[in-house]
Amino acid sequence: MNKNKYDAILSKYSTLIIFIIPALTIFTLFVVLPIVEAAYYSFYRWDGYGEPNKYVGLKNYQYLFKNKTFILSLQNNFYIIAVSLFIQLPFALLVALLISDKIRGASFFRTVFFLPYILAEIVTALIWAYIYDGNYGMVAAIWNFFGAQPPYLISEKDTAMMAILIVIFWKYFGIHMMIYIAGLQNISKEVLEAAKVDGAGPITTAIRIKIPILLPTIRLSVFLSLLGSLQLFDLIMPLTGGGPSNQTHSMVTYLYYFGVMRMKFGFGSAIGVVIFLICFTVAITYQRTLMRKD
Amino acid sequence: MFKNLKSFYMYLFLFFIAGIIFIPLYVSIVGGFKGIGDLRTNSLGLPTVWYIENYTGLLVDNKFWLFTWNSVLYAFGTTFLVILLGSMTAFVFAHMKFFGDKFLFNYFILGLTFPFATAILPLFLRVRDLGLLGSVWAVILPQIAFGLAFAIILFRGFFRQMPSELFDAAFVDGCSYSQFYFRFTLPLSTPIIATVAVINLVGSWNNYLLPLIMINSESYYSWPLGIMVFRGEYITDWPKILAFVSLTLIPAVVFFLALQRFIIAGLTGGAVKE
Repeated sequence: MNKNKYDAILSKYSTLIIFIIPALTIFTLFVVLPIVEAAYYSFYRWDGYGEPNKYVGLKNYQYLFKNKTFILSLQNNFYIIAVSLFIQLPFALLVALLISDKIRGASFFRTVFFLPYILAEIVTALIWAYIYDGNYGMVAAIWNFFGAQPPYLISEKDTAMMAILIVIFWKYFGIHMMIYIAGLQNISKEVLEAAKVDGAGPITTAIRIKIPILLPTIRLSVFLSLLGSLQLFDLIMPLTGGGPSNQTHSMVTYLYYFGVMRMKFGFGSAIGVVIFLICFTVAITYQRTLMRKD
Repeated sequence: MFKNLKSFYMYLFLFFIAGIIFIPLYVSIVGGFKGIGDLRTNSLGLPTVWYIENYTGLLVDNKFWLFTWNSVLYAFGTTFLVILLGSMTAFVFAHMKFFGDKFLFNYFILGLTFPFATAILPLFLRVRDLGLLGSVWAVILPQIAFGLAFAIILFRGFFRQMPSELFDAAFVDGCSYSQFYFRFTLPLSTPIIATVAVINLVGSWNNYLLPLIMINSESYYSWPLGIMVFRGEYITDWPKILAFVSLTLIPAVVFFLALQRFIIAGLTGGAVKE
């Protein structure tokens, strides 16, 4: 009897260890330690060979916040967030409300609007780089049609960031629409029936009933959109690569060009740490305040 | 067909948006069939002469297939291991009580808020120092590591909803934990396995930043790296680039249309369950 019990315990703990150790090791080695190491390297000037030994204190951070291009990249991330939250999400909500009712062709529109989301960022950006091309692209065709000199939207300072924001909108509104549709489908039929009996039209129903019920879903999509916007990289690379003259960097493309490409492991890590702190602060504050009840 | 003017305007609006989605895809696919001069004067219409050389040239190009094969390897290697390791870990959290279990679970969850970009330089050094640079593991291991947290949350949630009677009955019959995992848990978890699979397959297939940093030899390029090199070589020879773009676009769209249900459920369900 006793022996069986020990066997059971032994079997439990050996399973536990065998099941958990591989994931724990990989996760620690490739996620947690690199983040900790980034914090450590950020106090050094280091080319990645040998041990980091040139301690520079907070110099990397001081340089970073005095650097115009980095400040500009912060600002660009801010624009991306603004467009996502104030244009993209309301638009996605509008479309979701229109096609969540059983209108004809709802599933067709759902599929089409979601399509850009599954395309690779690289492919999306290359397609749009072509569209924006002032010689061969659609922009050229449209401008020529009106007899005007076509612009080079992504190689001119004033328009490049705007061009990127349009692509972001094109690619990502579908996922938010789909999240809202999933949320809308959970609203009980009785509530909607009751509203109809009370004589509420579709707009009143949307504003008074559907949107309030949908609030937790909206808060979630805002959260995902915030964290995604702060880490944007792939879309920018084929479109502008941060250019013209470093006008369209996001924090991550800035990290890539000025940290990774130049093999500045200390400085690059400092950029990474700033990105981490911003994301972490946003995530924690958001969850503690707005999403507390969800 | 339209009940009233309102629904007419609604459809007008919806078709307008659909057009904005479709037109860029259409001009890319058609553009790959055009000559460069044709493309300049006629970017919207069908090709005046259909050139198939841009497409066929790629389809007989060994490099194109090599890049595609590498991406398949990265995607399936990552997904298989995330499912295996993630579900094993989640199984422990769902069914076993042990000292520090809550702490350990939160340790994994913390990973969700870690931006990948922050880790990238130390990650490069780790992979280099382990001697894995320029091998498939340089891409697969970090992808697994960053995929685990979310997979564990999804699996744990699903495992906890399984009837506990099943577990008790199996235990009385002398079933061990690991036997239960292989015989009952995994076979009963196909919906959540599909969700985790979709998230990781799509994520790995489209991943650009990680291979960009880890891979330095062409024989290990994933297709996003390949297409960017191609872009660098041909700069404004758009028909060639658009043909490459379309060749990656078409399978993605077909794959999406065929498995739409799973993919939408996976990507939105995945997001919502977070």
